[in-house]
Amino acid sequence: MGPALDFLTLLPYVSELLKGLTTTVVLTVVTTLTGLALAVAVAYLRINAQPWVRWGLGGYVEVTRNTPFIVQLFFIFFGLPGLGIKIDAITAAFIAMTLNLAAYSAEILRAGISATAKGQLEAGRALGMTTLQSYRHIVLVPAFARVYPALISQSIIVMLGSAVVSQISVFDLTYAANFIQSRNFRSFEVYLLITLVYLLLAFGMRRSFMLVGKRVFAYQQGEQR
Amino acid sequence: MTLVYVDNVHKAFGDLEVLKGINLSVAQGEVVAIIGRSGSGKSTLLRCLNQLEKHDSGEITIADKQLDAASMSPKELSENVGMVFQSFNLFPHKTVGENVCLAPLVVRGEEKAEVEKVAREVLEKVGLSDKYDAYPAQLSGGQQQRVAIARALAMRPKVMLCDEVTSALDPELVGEVLRVLEALAAEGMTLILVTHEMSFARDVADRVVFMHQGRIHEEGAPSELFSNPQTPELKQFISAVL
Repeated sequence: MGPALDFLTLLPYVSELLKGLTTTVVLTVVTTLTGLALAVAVAYLRINAQPWVRWGLGGYVEVTRNTPFIVQLFFIFFGLPGLGIKIDAITAAFIAMTLNLAAYSAEILRAGISATAKGQLEAGRALGMTTLQSYRHIVLVPAFARVYPALISQSIIVMLGSAVVSQISVFDLTYAANFIQSRNFRSFEVYLLITLVYLLLAFGMRRSFMLVGKRVFAYQQGEQR
Repeated sequence: MTLVYVDNVHKAFGDLEVLKGINLSVAQGEVVAIIGRSGSGKSTLLRCLNQLEKHDSGEITIADKQLDAASMSPKELSENVGMVFQSFNLFPHKTVGENVCLAPLVVRGEEKAEVEKVAREVLEKVGLSDKYDAYPAQLSGGQQQRVAIARALAMRPKVMLCDEVTSALDPELVGEVLRVLEALAAEGMTLILVTHEMSFARDVADRVVFMHQGRIHEEGAPSELFSNPQTPELKQFISAVL
């Protein structure tokens, strides 16, 4: 047995922990926004585009949803240079996380869009709106509202999954923990600490999403459901 | 002056021929009520008039312009033809004011201040100027349908199509919607209504069209049509609904 629990042994590594935390938070915030934005485009095109576009995007969604995230990440970081496409680690992490979140979220959103009453689109058409205008002004917000809880969960899953970007040497929270425990051998303390930090990040993310939802979907408050 | 002209229009869904050659002309300012059993093609005819359904053959002209994608853009169509639906189809995430303003802003690209002024005018007309900032879910069915009428009016259409606009309403709310339509008719708005409100058809319509099995079976002034139906089908229909 080693010495008893001693969190003070982590003190010299505060700056590494903060650096890792910052990377994880920035990665998460940016990829949540880019991933959801891409998901909107993919969902729209999978419903309205030419068959070959729909087919291609369907392929992207299925490949992404049926392969491990770490393999997708390795493919982008280690595999693509084989084609002459060289990407640094942090960019590879951004791309992999965005593509991953977008694939899952596009499917979630598609369900929300399909559940939108046909009458809403007809009302838009009767008012002279194009399909794109109808989506933007009529369909999108209620569709988001309908599947919002699922989108929150998916975004959190991607945040937690971001831990694997440490494997391509992105200095995120998990990388910081690995780094610290290889120096001071205090693996219990450091992994317990980052476990709590991930937990707090997940709670914080859910709360932030809820606050945004409360504002954007304020119209639902008068509804009887 | 003829505003809406329908010439030998056919429409089929798969093998089911719903419209079997419709001829109809509606004058400017006329109020036409279309009655008939469900499945007789009333709603399909109405939906062809604003191209929510594309007719297979025949011609529809509105204000002397052909109604097809090649000769009339969706924007132009929406400035000619307004529609009110049975299920209101208000946008739930937009306030009453935003519902009314959306199409003039997005489709016509008008000035916001001007659009809001028009929105208040049309809401005044349907008696809901105090609900400008309310959400649809906070309104009764009758109020929602009046907002839908205001929303259609904001595009200043030449003709308004009403597809069973009172069928989804509680009985005590039907009157307020019909009174709005009556006021529009009195102002000279051209109205084509599919309706099950026979007393409304009798009191407000200039002409009643009875559809049966995809054809216009009988038409005429409401006083004559209701009191002196010529065909056994109309006789039977009238005795069933009155």
